[in-house]
Order: sequence, then C-alpha cells, then structure tokens
Amino acid sequence: MLSSLKWRFILYAAISVFAILLLLPTLTSQLPQWFNKVIPAEKIHLGLDLQGGMHLLLEVEAQKAVESYVERIKSNLGDDLKEAKIPVGKLEREKDNQILLEISGEKEKWEKILSQRYPMMPELSSSPLEKGIWRVTLVLDSKEAEQIKKNATDQALETIRNRIDQFGVSEPEITLQGTDRLLIQLPGIKDPQRAINLIGRTALLEFKLLDEEGDIEAALKGKIPEGDILLYQRSVDPKTGGVKKIPYLLKERTLMTGEYLKDARVALDSQFHEPYVALEFDDVGGKLFEQITGANVKKRLAIILDDNVYSAPVIQERIPGGRAQITGRFDTKEASDLAIVLRAGALPAPVKIIEQRTVGPSLGQDSIHQGIISTVVSAALVALFMIFYYRLSGVVADVALTLNIVLTMGTLALFRATLTLPGIAGLVLSVGMAVDANILIHERMKEELRWGKTVRAAIDQGYHRAFSAIIDSNLTTLIAGVLLYQFGTGPVKGFAVTLCIGILANIFTAVYITRWMFDFLTLRLNMKKLSI
Amino acid sequence: MELIPPNTRIDFIGKKKYTMWISAVAILLCLGSIFVHGGLKYGVDFAGGLLIQPKFSKAVNISEVREALETMGLKDAMVQNFGGENEFLIRVEKASGDLGEMSNKIQTSLVERFKDKALEIRRVEVVGPKVGKDLKEKALWAVGLSLLAILIYVAWRFKTVAYGLGGLVALFHDVIITYGAISIFNLEYSLSLLAVILTIVGFSINDTIVIFDRVRENIKKMRKEDIETIFNVSINETLGRTILTSGTVMMVVLILFFFGGPVIHDFTTALIVGLITGTYSTVYIASPVVLFWEKNISGRKRRG
Repeated sequence: MLSSLKWRFILYAAISVFAILLLLPTLTSQLPQWFNKVIPAEKIHLGLDLQGGMHLLLEVEAQKAVESYVERIKSNLGDDLKEAKIPVGKLEREKDNQILLEISGEKEKWEKILSQRYPMMPELSSSPLEKGIWRVTLVLDSKEAEQIKKNATDQALETIRNRIDQFGVSEPEITLQGTDRLLIQLPGIKDPQRAINLIGRTALLEFKLLDEEGDIEAALKGKIPEGDILLYQRSVDPKTGGVKKIPYLLKERTLMTGEYLKDARVALDSQFHEPYVALEFDDVGGKLFEQITGANVKKRLAIILDDNVYSAPVIQERIPGGRAQITGRFDTKEASDLAIVLRAGALPAPVKIIEQRTVGPSLGQDSIHQGIISTVVSAALVALFMIFYYRLSGVVADVALTLNIVLTMGTLALFRATLTLPGIAGLVLSVGMAVDANILIHERMKEELRWGKTVRAAIDQGYHRAFSAIIDSNLTTLIAGVLLYQFGTGPVKGFAVTLCIGILANIFTAVYITRWMFDFLTLRLNMKKLSI
Repeated sequence: MELIPPNTRIDFIGKKKYTMWISAVAILLCLGSIFVHGGLKYGVDFAGGLLIQPKFSKAVNISEVREALETMGLKDAMVQNFGGENEFLIRVEKASGDLGEMSNKIQTSLVERFKDKALEIRRVEVVGPKVGKDLKEKALWAVGLSLLAILIYVAWRFKTVAYGLGGLVALFHDVIITYGAISIFNLEYSLSLLAVILTIVGFSINDTIVIFDRVRENIKKMRKEDIETIFNVSINETLGRTILTSGTVMMVVLILFFFGGPVIHDFTTALIVGLITGTYSTVYIASPVVLFWEKNISGRKRRG
C-alpha cells in the first residue's frame, strides 16, 4: 500500500507539473529559449469576444466565377468562329453555365472547332432552325464547373490572406468553412471598417477604351450601342460629402486586366502633392500595354476598378516600360489600401459579408476585467467555504479544485484552444461539477463515519459509493459535450471544449488525487481521526 | 459540521400532488408568455440583423440617438440604454438589403452627428438572415442529439427506461421554465443564452443522477420498502449534498450577477432561474416520472 502511495504520487505530480509547464507560456512571455524546445509554447488564445477584434464570415459567390469563365469562353469562341469565317447569328450566355449560338455554314467545320477547342463545353442540344442554320446550346461540364468554384474559393482565401498580411494584423486567422465560406478572425483590430473595405473588395482592374462616337445621351436613356457598356466615375467631394457621378460610354471589350501587375505603390504627385497609385506590369503585361497604347494613340483609355471608372486619360503616345498610374482624389490611407488590394490581386469572384461581429478593445477589456474579478472573488469564497465546512478535508478539496483548473487550462493551451465567453460558461459548469464531486465524496464519508466505520473504511466506502454517482453524472455530461462539439457551431463548440476537458480533469482530480491525499494523511501520517 | 441532521425524514414525495400543480402552472405561464410575446425575442445572432453599441464620452439623451437614426430614415431601429448613461444598443432587424452597408452608414453618421461627444463603437454585429437560420438549426440539432444521448445513457446505466425518461422530462421542464423566464424578463435570446441553456441541462442532469444513484443503491438495501419510500429516503440522505452543491453554485452565480457587469447580466439572470428549477425538478419532476412509470407501466407488466 505504501509503495503504491509513492508511485501514485510520482505519477500525479508528474502530470500536475506538466500541466503547469504547459500553462506557463500563457501566463508569461519571458521564458528562456530552451523552454520552447522542451515544452510546446502554445498559448490559450482569448476569443474575440474577450480581447476585442473582428470576426467575419464571407460567402464567396463562386457561381460568378463560373459565369465569367463562360463569358470568356463565349468571347474566345466568337473570335475563333470569325477567324474560321463561319457566320454566327446569335451568341450569348444563357443562365450561368450555358452558351446559346445560332450558326450556319459547314456543319462539320464548326462542329470540329466546338469539340476540339472547347471540350469543356459539350453540346447540350442542337436543332436546325431554317436552311443551314443551327441553334446550338453548349453547357459547361459540371465537373469543370465544380473545379472552377473550388479554385475560386481557394484563390479568394489566398488573396484575402495576402491582403491581410500586408495590412498588418497580428495573428489573423483565415479558414475555409464548408465549401464556399471564409471565416476571418482579426484580433485587436483598430479600424474595422477599413479592414472590411480591404477584404471585401473584388479589386478587378480593367482597361477599356472609351466609345467616343457613341451617343452618351441616348445611352443614359437606355439605348446603349451594341458592344458598349455604361459605367460611372464616382467622386466624393471631401468638403460636402456629396457624390458626383460622371457617366462614361465604354467599349465592352476589356483590353487588359490587373492580372499582369507586378507591383502597385503609393506615390506623391510632385505638382499637387496628391497621392496616386503607381502600377508596374510584368514583362508580358508591359508588352501588352505597349501594344495597346501604340494601337490607340489619341484615344481615351479608361482605368476601371470594380466597375468604377477612376480616370480616362487620352493616350498621348505609345507607352513602353510597363508603367501606369491610377489617380483620383485619394487620401493617403485610401491610396495605400488600394495599392495593397492591387498587389494582392483581384478576387476571382465577389465575396459577400454574411456575418460580422466586432468587439471594441475597451469592451473586451471590460468583460475580462469584470470577469476576472468576479471569478476570483467567487473562487475564493467557494474555497473558503469548503475549508470552513470541511476543515482539513476542505483543504484537500481545494487543492483538487486548483489542480482541476490548472489541468484544464494546461490542456486548453496544449490544443491551442480559444477561450470565449461561452467557453467560460463551460468551465464554470465543470468546476461546479468538481465542487459537487468533492461534496459527494465528503458527505458520503461523513455518513459512513456516522454509521461507526473506521476512518480507513469510511474513506474506502466513501469513494467506492460516491464513485458511481460521480462517474455517471460526469459521463452523461461528457457524452452530451462530445455531441455538442461534433454538431454545434462556433460558440456551442467553445462551450463543449472547455466542458469536456474540464470533466476529464475533474474525474482525475476529484476521484484520484483527493484519494491519494486522504490515503497519505491516514496511512503515512497515521491520522486517526478525519477532520471533515 | 452537519447541515442536515442525520435521519432527517422530510416527506418530499408526498407533496408531489401540490407541486404537480405548481409545475403545471409554471409551465403554462412560461409557454403563455412565450406565446403572448409571439415567440422568443431572438437577438441578432439568430434573427439576423444588425446591432451597434456606441459609447459616448459625455452623457447623451436616448432621444437624441433615436432622432439621429430617424433622420437617416431608420424608423424601425430600436435604441436602448446599456449599462451606463452614455452607452446604447442600437438594433435593426431587417431581413433584406445590404446590412454591412447600413451598419457602415449608421456608424459614420453617428460619429458625424455627435462630434463633440467623441464616441467609440464598442461592438458591431451584423448577421445575415441565412447565417442566423443556420445557427439556429445547428444548435437545435446539437442539443436534440445530446438530449437523446443522455436518455440512452441513463436508461442503460439504470437498467430501465424509466430513469432515462425521468431525467429527460426533468430536462424539458427546466428548459421550458428557463425559456419562459427569458421571455417573461424580456431578455434577448442570443448565443450566450444558448450557453446558459446548455449549462442548465448539464447541471440538472447531474443533480438528477446523484439522487437516482442513491435510489439505485437503496433499492438493493431496502427490498421490503415500497419505491416511494425509497425515493424519499434517498432524497433525504442526499439532502445535505444537494443544499451544499446548489448553494455554492448559486453563490457563484449571484456574485457574477451582481458584479459581473452588464455584458453577462442576461446570462446570469437566466442561470439563476435554471439553477433553481434544475434542483427542484430532480425531486418533483424526475422522481415522480420514475414512480409513475414503475407503478403503472412496468409494474402492471410484471403483474400481467
């Protein structure tokens, strides 16, 4: 019995010391170098509700990526058929994944083009209209569409991560949720609105020519010439806050997009000291830009970001070297955010914010502050009460309760878990059950003593009898907790994690550690009367 | 120290004919309140919508904030004081439109309008209607499955369905009463109150199992006594523990209630109600259900 006492002590002490070591990185940041090599330096992270920050759930409108893919195929197909001199009547996108075309000429010839160059868009149906004219519907292969959607989501994640990294947030978390949702957690962020603008922007940069012959008045009335689109330049007067909208009639065809960008930086205009964004293209983009400007001298080239015209300067001459600039009435912040999104690249599909939670840092601090004070006060009261009511046995219970909390927190740190407000609720419940376990055992021992049992027998019986109640209630709660974790979301999960860990720690401390302590008191210290 | 003198024999079960009525009336009141209010008052978490919590550096009258929102064309925005004099909650329930943009607009125009009272936006929550629905459904599933698991585990450990059923009915009782209290106190049902419900479920089943465990033990010892007496004895024997445990937990929750600050005020209010009903339901819901089952259903079967 005594040797088993020793071995149990070694085992329990080792576990407790390990838990304390796991907790150290959370408590202090001044740890020696060697420490991190031996013990995982993971910390308990505070949830955004406790430390302040922003939680965003974005939905990637991946369907839009499919649409624009089909749109691109449509325009390539138009070019190919034109080149092959195949007369085409109608050519338009239907729904998001189909192309409808009316085609004449040699059937074999165009069928060959369709099947060889566009295998990803097999024919859905084709029917003869009148002599020699066929109406053909092409549909995007569903596997292909899924792949495009998946790529769009993955790429959106990557792009947003880039933007956030460049924006500078410490410990951001960006994860994929389900198939098309991105969960973004930005702790301690100062200017949430700015971050949202930065993250949510599609940042599709396009260069299009102005249609200078088109009748803009007629276009404003709804008569937009074939192959043109109407976009606006929005400018906000910084003094009055009024928005001015200048319409532009543009050729629909995009000459170039931001995909060839190598760099984008903020620079200051030497004349007016206004910030602008200087763009630098890569080699391919530089050549393309040179070609475009060379072919369109004296025409106006519009620079468009997310369907918003920024400027439409006249091309004075061919521009070599692959440089351009975006001007507008920016302040420095706007310009630098714009540079960030351009550098990180465009999102392959627009994103929609479907959930946003921001907790200001001061509110988080208030909750922590009040939370800590009331937790410490109540823990102290419970501890004092246990000693007052159970005397020495109360001290045993208090040691077990303290260890319980240390073990739970240590495990949370090991798993890099995040502690949120619901998480604290889970912790409170598990501590409540720990108190209950101790009370159950003590009350049972008292009962046994009252029935005239010896101290040793009372301890044996007390633990033996209370065990089934403790195990059953804790296991029931544990099972419920595991299910909550498995099927719950965010906050429910947070509650379940601390609850489950807390319960495991509870069974260990309330049943085994306290038992060792009672055994030690009676067997080693030969205590003949139990102070309970 | 002894809280409850040994051999205390209070006839708890004998009073069940009165408490049955108390429980029935309480449940009716709770369901009635939920019904009259047209369901629970769902917070932004579940209903979708937006919530903004500004704090001004100087005292601001609530009507000024309302006025500011009205000039923006937001007539259905709700404003209420939160905590101190100069802190408010602004809530807009709107199922459609761009909530993000609206939240943006409200924030900028508040900052603009109350320039001289430097305000800080302490909290913003924007939840799309789809997300709110998702959260609600997932939470419901998670809770439902856990309740089912509790029923199965308890029935297995106590070897009859009666105990599992007793525990489950008690849980339903506690959950209804707590939801009723949420409705009667006009609290907003948010994710943190869902955490309260989960906590209460945990606490209540814990309490129930402790007494059932003693019944399980006493059934073996007191073969000659009828089951009603065994329940009474068991409840009395564990009375000290029940008072101590419920008392300590209640003490902690009361401290949180009074000193925990406004953020967890709703949380603790619901918890207090849940603790009381969780303790009560063990004796007056879970036990009578088991007694009823043993006497009328499994008892009859045995005789037949």
